[in-house]
Amino acid sequence: MDLTTTYLGLKLRTPLVMAASPLSENLDNLKRMEDAGASAVVMHSLFEEQLRQDRLELHRHLENGTESYAEALSYFPDAGEYRLGPEEYLRHIWRAKEMTKVPIIASLNCSSVGGWVEYARQIQLAGADALELNIYHIPTDPDVPGEMLEENYLNILRAVRAEVKIPIAVKLSPFFSNFANMAKRFDAAGANGLVLFNRFYQPDIDLEDLEVRPNLLLSTPMAMRLPLRWIAILHGRLHASLAATSGIHRAGDALKMLLAGADVTMLCSTVLRHGFPQIALIESDLARWLEDHDYESVSQIKGSLSQKNCPDPTAFERAQYMKALCTYSI
Amino acid sequence: MKTPRVFKTIDGCEAAASVAFKLNESMAIYPITPSSPIAEWCDQWASEGKKNLWDTTPAIVEMQSEGGAVGAVHGMLQTGSLATTFTASQGLLLMIPNMFKFAGELLPTVFHVTARTVATHALSIFGDHSDIMAVRSAGWAMLGAASVQETMDFALIAHAATLRTRIPFVHFFDGFRTSHEVSKIEMLDDAVLRALIDDKLIAEFRSRAMTPDRPVLRGTAQNPDAFFQGREAANPFYSACPDIVQKVMDEFAEQTGRKYNLFEYVGAPDAEHVIVLMGSGCDAAHEAVEHLNHHGENIGLLKVRLYRPFDGRRFVEALPPFVRKIAVLDRTKEPGATGEPLYQDCLTALMEELSAGRSLLKFMPRVVSGRYGLSSKEFTPAMVKAVFDNLKSDAPKNHFTIGINDDVSGSSLPFDPDFSTEPENVVRALFYGLGADGTVGANKNSIKIIGEETENFAQGYFVYDSKKSGSITTSHLRFGPKPIRSSYLVTKANFVACHQPGFLERYEMLRSLVPGGTFLLNTPYAAEQVWSKLPTPVQESLLAKKARLFVINATRVAKESGMGGRINTIMQVCFFALSGVLPKDEAIDAIKNSIKKTYGKKGEEIVKMNLQAVDNTLAHLHEVKLTDNKLNGAGPLLPPISPDAPAFVKNVLGKLAAGFGDELPVSAFPNDGTFPTATAQYEKRNLALEIPVWDEKTCIQCLKCVAICPHATIRAKVYDAAELKDAPATFKVTDARVPEFNGMKFSLQVAAEDCTGCSLCVEVCPAKNKSEAKLKAINMRPQPPLRDAERANWNYFLTLPEFDRRKIKTATLRQQQLQQPLFEFSGACAGCGETPYIKMLTQLFGDRAVIANATGCSSIYGGNLPTTPYTTDGGGRGPTWCNSLFEDNAEFGLGFRVSIDKQKELAEELLKKMSPKLGDEFVTQLLLADQGDEAGIYEQRQRVIALKEKLQDLISVEAKMLLSVADQLVKKSVWILGGDGWAYDIGYGGLDHVLASGKKVNVLVMDTEVYSNTGGQMSKSTPRGAIAKFAAGGKPAGKKDLGLIAMSYGNIYVASVAMGAKDEHTLKALVEAESYPGPSLIIAYSHCIAHGIALDTGIGARQQKLAVESGQWLLYRYDPRRAARGENPLQLDSGAAKHKVKDFMLTENRFKMLTKSKPDDAKLFFEQSQTDADRRWKFYQFLAARETKPQVTAVIETAVHH
Repeated sequence: MDLTTTYLGLKLRTPLVMAASPLSENLDNLKRMEDAGASAVVMHSLFEEQLRQDRLELHRHLENGTESYAEALSYFPDAGEYRLGPEEYLRHIWRAKEMTKVPIIASLNCSSVGGWVEYARQIQLAGADALELNIYHIPTDPDVPGEMLEENYLNILRAVRAEVKIPIAVKLSPFFSNFANMAKRFDAAGANGLVLFNRFYQPDIDLEDLEVRPNLLLSTPMAMRLPLRWIAILHGRLHASLAATSGIHRAGDALKMLLAGADVTMLCSTVLRHGFPQIALIESDLARWLEDHDYESVSQIKGSLSQKNCPDPTAFERAQYMKALCTYSI
Repeated sequence: MKTPRVFKTIDGCEAAASVAFKLNESMAIYPITPSSPIAEWCDQWASEGKKNLWDTTPAIVEMQSEGGAVGAVHGMLQTGSLATTFTASQGLLLMIPNMFKFAGELLPTVFHVTARTVATHALSIFGDHSDIMAVRSAGWAMLGAASVQETMDFALIAHAATLRTRIPFVHFFDGFRTSHEVSKIEMLDDAVLRALIDDKLIAEFRSRAMTPDRPVLRGTAQNPDAFFQGREAANPFYSACPDIVQKVMDEFAEQTGRKYNLFEYVGAPDAEHVIVLMGSGCDAAHEAVEHLNHHGENIGLLKVRLYRPFDGRRFVEALPPFVRKIAVLDRTKEPGATGEPLYQDCLTALMEELSAGRSLLKFMPRVVSGRYGLSSKEFTPAMVKAVFDNLKSDAPKNHFTIGINDDVSGSSLPFDPDFSTEPENVVRALFYGLGADGTVGANKNSIKIIGEETENFAQGYFVYDSKKSGSITTSHLRFGPKPIRSSYLVTKANFVACHQPGFLERYEMLRSLVPGGTFLLNTPYAAEQVWSKLPTPVQESLLAKKARLFVINATRVAKESGMGGRINTIMQVCFFALSGVLPKDEAIDAIKNSIKKTYGKKGEEIVKMNLQAVDNTLAHLHEVKLTDNKLNGAGPLLPPISPDAPAFVKNVLGKLAAGFGDELPVSAFPNDGTFPTATAQYEKRNLALEIPVWDEKTCIQCLKCVAICPHATIRAKVYDAAELKDAPATFKVTDARVPEFNGMKFSLQVAAEDCTGCSLCVEVCPAKNKSEAKLKAINMRPQPPLRDAERANWNYFLTLPEFDRRKIKTATLRQQQLQQPLFEFSGACAGCGETPYIKMLTQLFGDRAVIANATGCSSIYGGNLPTTPYTTDGGGRGPTWCNSLFEDNAEFGLGFRVSIDKQKELAEELLKKMSPKLGDEFVTQLLLADQGDEAGIYEQRQRVIALKEKLQDLISVEAKMLLSVADQLVKKSVWILGGDGWAYDIGYGGLDHVLASGKKVNVLVMDTEVYSNTGGQMSKSTPRGAIAKFAAGGKPAGKKDLGLIAMSYGNIYVASVAMGAKDEHTLKALVEAESYPGPSLIIAYSHCIAHGIALDTGIGARQQKLAVESGQWLLYRYDPRRAARGENPLQLDSGAAKHKVKDFMLTENRFKMLTKSKPDDAKLFFEQSQTDADRRWKFYQFLAARETKPQVTAVIETAVHH
């Protein structure tokens, strides 16, 4: 069975890619992902905001209380050099490339254009095969119109595009007025792929402490419905590759995404739950299904049930919701 | 001149360090002010991999005390390493026994000593020669530098000379005045070092080293038949030493052009009057002599460089031939001596030389002695003039003092404080800043810019007060075309800047401004509004001096530039713009370059906001035209001390608080260092920008806020409604919620003027407003609008009666916290983690506490003048407190116990003897009194009062004796307080011994896991992976388990507590410890600014909680009484970890910083720390779960019946 696929111009052995997760922080895990059959690995994210915050904090703590009291003019030794940029991350990418053969996709988490776009170039130099830009922004200012936000997203992509030659994927949230339009504009701005969708930390309330505590729960298979819809709608309309992420737990989930038009499917929660062998299990189930259903290759099924290719294109449109509601009986 | 001249602007410590690092291979150090930065520089360079002259990085080891450091250096030298240490004061004194050995063994080394006052009637961190004079009999050569340049030069000369002479050298320079003065000096090139240091001598030194390949025996014991001769055998080395030092100085001059002599004469060749001195005072004297000679005097100054061996011949030869009168000035005091040491040396030399006929002097001059500059007391040209004026008189005063007004012994010489020799071409600037605003850092930077970007010479000296919160700093800057000799504070400033608007109403800072000078003020008011907001005396000074006034709202510019409260860069730009030292554009470029250099490695944001601040400044700097202004000010300056204070507090301590302590005469001071307590209450510092405001409706009256408040500024009272008369309108009252207090009223009150605004109280408040969860039962609100009302409320609150101690159940915090704190309003950091423990201790036992306090933070906020936080209750009782030393605190406290117990025993013996006269029943009651609770103590106090009354009427020796010890019949609580530097390191031997003694002493270790007071050096309490000074790469070893060691004795009550994590646990431990009839040890986790946490935001309690919840800190109590009952003595009071240790570590810069400097090491440390925590938890769990059988240890018996 030919499971190969192409994502961001990278030829991959299977459509099963390891999504960005804390697992990739450990180099041994990368090897285990590869051994279990992950065809590419998206590294954990480098958070530009975190780095910025760390720099400000370090500065504050190193200055706090200094030159105030004769016996203690400072409280910390001068460490000489600090690694306050992405050095650690770059080293990690470099080492990942050293010890694995699968493509390594770096991930950069950001919310606005800044000096950090330079990191993209350094990531390329460190040997990353591609870069996934994880752009997030929760707008809370009622005076900021949607267009401004959309432009900000595109500006980030353009700025990074100008820095690097390696392929860029953009990992997005679905929260745009017209996601298809945004996808088209990202495509036009030079994105080599779109990753649908990002899942955010959502606030929760601790009833005992009466505190708001954002957290992230592992996904459930239900989470795949939203990306499934948009992948099906976008398939065949963009130059960019499409990656499905969220809720892909079994081979069946991956197959559905491929049928809708995904070039790759990204695994995370299921591996966190069941361990690395889950990748191999999904792969063998996937291959078996294809065989059982007389398919020859992954490329054959890719998008075969997309909005363009499916017998009932309206099934992916909003009306479908109405219909479903109407037919639902108590 | 063989090498190009390189100038740098550095301080004395760095100057000494730069040579010591180059010329040594091994160093053993221990932190002590003001020498600590020398070792810190060396440690930093070593951690950066810098090399010494022989291209290898010196090895540095931090020891447990100076005694340990000198022992290690002894070993290093004996085995052939070029080795050194750096120290001062008590530290040097701890080295004395070894120093005798070094000299006896002819071991070449140089100790770099920042000469500092030895504690006598008081500790002082400042400079004089009492420490170096205490080692003059040890047989070391002593070379004294008078300036930063000389410190660097003499460091080399001493190193070269010690190798040539084999005599060890003390290279000393004055603490703070030289060690911390920033000055533009010419750096020594390695080529100069190589030219003076002969490798052949190093080879010879190594050939004498101990090695089993050429075994020798040293350190023998000798008998009367041998010792004396052996002692004299080294004489030739001492005889040769002065010539060799002079030769080194001559060679040095060839290399550098800077010529030095063992005795350096300055002044008229035919002077008849000469003063002799050494150290930093030489430069002030030099300036004065030149000035006075220029104005027609005919006088001279002899600077002493090599004090030991004292070359009498050279000394006399250096004097002008017609000298008639000499004043020898000593910066030390030797009570009871015929004179101070330098004076005695000079006199002896003169007598010997003249009587031997070797002198060219025509006759024996008249020699007088004077003392000056103790503890960095100012020594100015005006004082030098006064000394010469004294010499001029027919009968010059001998054994005089200069610089003070001695109205007790009449020793002092009068001087004219207005006499000035400041050269006109020197620009003098004075800056008043707040510790936290970055003023000093900015000024150090300005000095560097001026020194290194212009042809000018520059000098900076910085004065800090002893408060750790809201401290005021004054920066004294000078710059001019010639080297600056003014080794004294700026009192005639061309430029004065006030960086904190609030200071203007408290400090008379314009006193120092010269007529026509410039005054720069950071103020929230616009240029056109500011005049009427100035205090009237400030207006008067400005007008009288025809000064120029410039204003800027630097606080706003800082905020808008993203700088927070740090106005440093903004004020620096203003200074350059107004001083004209550089053309404006050049100055701004220089500042910007310096910003990039300083902050570049910390990231673009930091650079950007500072550059932004530079760009934003000039548009906001405005001149206020004073020509038409009239006096319409905001009234007089605020008094530094409340007008209600007792006379001594107001007139003496108040002067100190106002910064005019120098004006106080000798008679104002106690003659034995004894001061009243209960004085901090009069120093209303108004530090808080925001204060907690109580919401009585939300409050659940748990009193957690009262317990955690580091400054005892939030308090609660429960009282009868009937007491509530004439309350101010805004005074808040509610019904008491504790069932026992049913029907009574409850008030929570904040001392608005004493609060530091740390918000720890808000952090720990568990109550939440029902409709707005961000609000608690106390919430921070701006202080200024509340100040007047809350002052009245606080004063009213104080008039409400304290709750009867006998009725308070100390088992629960909500009742116990009603006890009056007898520790309040200290100068500790805002948000301090130590003081809540001391405060709770004083609430519980303060009225009968005797406290021995180790040197450190707690001795500074506890006992640094002007005021003390220890206070008294309504009956006038309260903690009595004393600091002995850093190293002997446990022993000191044990002494209290033995002494008190002995006096109690004596009282009991006398009671028994006098029983027939006093009444058998009464005596029995006194002897068998149960003082196990407050009621019992109260009863006994009443009996003792009755006893004293009876004794007054009895005329017998025994009655008088009993009267003097009767108070000891009331139980006394001995507390030994200190930090981890004391308990884990320098004082550990003594602590161990005292705990093992079985005596009833209570030890409270406030464990900040680092030497906090001296600036964050590693102690044995520092946890693995924490960055500290001398552990720049993270401490590799784990934290010492002091509690476990103490538990191993079996008869010591031990507790490990963290108030921020579990306050009632701390309370329980304190109560149990004090009630235990043997020794007790409480190790209290104390969050600290040295942890790299935002202490002033109330985060400390959260950190304590995290430390406990991650298993990094355990809560437990080990009570030997339980073992006696057949229970396991150990109770593990913290639960299994809820978080990983890493989760805690990443919230504190001391750990997190390593992830930015050495990420791989940090990762490893995180893992190891987790293993440590897991292992510790399992081990303690095992210990706490063991089955035990009843046991009565003999030691407990001893303890009970001691």
